[in-house]
Amino acid sequence: MYDLVDYRNGDVKMVPTRNGFGEGLVEAGGRDRNVLGICADLSESTRFEAFKKAYPKQYVEIGVSEQLLVAMAGGLASVGKIPWIASYAMFNPGRSWEQVRTIMALNETNVKIAGAHAGVSVGPDGATHQAIEDIAIMRVIPNMTVVVPCDAAQTKKATLALTERWGPVYLRFGREKSAVVTTAATSFEIGKAQTFREGSDVAIVACGILVYNALMAAEKLARDHGIECRVVNNHTIKPMDEEAVVDAARTCGTVVTVEEHQRHAGMGSRVAEILAARQPVPIEFVGVDDRFGQSGDPFELVEYYGMGVDAIVAAARRAQERKK
Amino acid sequence: MQTLTSERLTELKLKANDVRQGIIRSLLAAGSGHSAGPLDMADVFTALYGYLLRHDPQRPDWEDRDRLLLSCGHIAPVRYSAMANFGYFPVEELLTLRKFGTRLQGHPERVTLPSVETTSGPLGEGLAQGVGIALGAKLDGKDFHVWVVTSDAEHQCDLHWEAMMTAAKFHLDNLTCVIDRNFIQIDGSTEDVMPLEPLGDKYRAFNWEVFECDGNDIGAFIETAERARSVKGRPAVVVANTVPGKGVPYMEGDYTWHGKPPNAQQAEEALRELQTARERILANV
Ligand SMILES: Cc1ncc(C[n+]2csc(CCOP(=O)(O)OP(=O)(O)O)c2C)c(N)n1
Ligand SMILES: [Mg+2]
Repeated sequence: MYDLVDYRNGDVKMVPTRNGFGEGLVEAGGRDRNVLGICADLSESTRFEAFKKAYPKQYVEIGVSEQLLVAMAGGLASVGKIPWIASYAMFNPGRSWEQVRTIMALNETNVKIAGAHAGVSVGPDGATHQAIEDIAIMRVIPNMTVVVPCDAAQTKKATLALTERWGPVYLRFGREKSAVVTTAATSFEIGKAQTFREGSDVAIVACGILVYNALMAAEKLARDHGIECRVVNNHTIKPMDEEAVVDAARTCGTVVTVEEHQRHAGMGSRVAEILAARQPVPIEFVGVDDRFGQSGDPFELVEYYGMGVDAIVAAARRAQERKK
Repeated sequence: MQTLTSERLTELKLKANDVRQGIIRSLLAAGSGHSAGPLDMADVFTALYGYLLRHDPQRPDWEDRDRLLLSCGHIAPVRYSAMANFGYFPVEELLTLRKFGTRLQGHPERVTLPSVETTSGPLGEGLAQGVGIALGAKLDGKDFHVWVVTSDAEHQCDLHWEAMMTAAKFHLDNLTCVIDRNFIQIDGSTEDVMPLEPLGDKYRAFNWEVFECDGNDIGAFIETAERARSVKGRPAVVVANTVPGKGVPYMEGDYTWHGKPPNAQQAEEALRELQTARERILANV
């Protein structure tokens, strides 16, 4: 089992996942001076500031040019640099997608994308800034690694691990403060899903900041409905931990997927692809239902778009019903 | 042709002051959003809605209206406040800015508020759409004018340059681009982040007619924009030199006000300053 904070008793700190990226990058930059931070006029939002201060020579500012971000990083990578390029997920990889596909993936370069401000929890900026399709467009690219950590502590570990993994990678994180459920001691390995809670009635497979909602839903389901859930932190979307997914489906006989993303084509869809081929079971998908986001308070939007704790409880109850 | 009498100019200056007060009130209510750009473009938007544009707030879907596109969608508060102050919707609606269910989304959305013409926020996409509209007007023999407001940092976006080339190729003299040249962006001065100068010369090299003026002087801007609008055979650009945060002294020239709203105390001070400025305009009549 994994070392987690005592979230059941409400003992959670709220920290934005992007802070974990900022901290991880400073550490990565100290370990290897080839690590670069390349910024497109969003140094504060993407948490580049500490890195810029610590390693000014490893920091490059290029202005509002997301396609340049990818293409130039491809060049830098080909002469041995390890560029981390950061913007809002909506613009990188959103705007730069073809460069990502050709220059990073097809061309096989060691470029690392940090996609900030993912999900509707971006809040008041509204739909134009809320990336809820980015997992889909990244997981479909061959050679790509896609990681969506569950909290700030894990985002830091993922930043370090992805720096060391050779090849094109996409790290997705959010803007708003969110619950920290892991600790400095919780292990993290790319491609290895983590069972955060045991149970054999329903498997809840979640990623990103909604892992916390999944854990809270599991407590509620046990308390109010006698349903015991296994909760899996499925942080690596690509390459996905197929064995963990299949094992969860086999043990529980039904699965709920949870992600702050379109229900179509995201993490849950990958789970469905795996299970359709290897272990067909009923699946309920929690995510945005083929709509755009809008302005509002971050958590108000998470609820409104059907990704709150109660929505996960309802999905798990439907999943349990469908087993019969 | 209208003439800009001194009475009319005073009226417009008072309107610009209303627009600025609306920006402050809406940002305070929202608790997030952008201050510097909206404030520095209050004079330009007042000149457009109050003088330059052929439009009718009662008929936002009028086929022959001039089209005003806001490319840098983050300065939406100035457009919303100008629209409210020129009769598109009640001024009180400004207090719904950025809140759940509002038509005044954090970045403008055409589907919820059609009179904004285009959905924007992702930078650099306005001029290209303006080129499409202007070319469409030419193909249909329509005589409306297309105005595109852009920020300076948008000139770091590739698409904007593609649109510049295209506007010149098709001799789009029914298109005028207005640049909010405030020299700031999020990470600092534009000239530090990614130098843009000599900006006017770049447009000239792309076969545009280039004008420049003080974008915080309504009279000067109107006079310059009218000249730009009457250019024949090629597109025109007005480089409107502005002071970020214009009208609120503690914000003026400070790039850190790009993306944050005033708190209650700061808003009070801002409104007090604007009220004083208003009295000065009236006293000078
Ligand atoms: C394609 C894209 N990349 C990044 C952003 C984030 N962003 C918002 S405003 C801005 C730049 C601000 O400079 P400027 O456009 O000159 O506006 P000002 O600060 O003068 O209001 C950036 C990078 C964006 N909106 N769109
Ligand atoms: Mg600017």
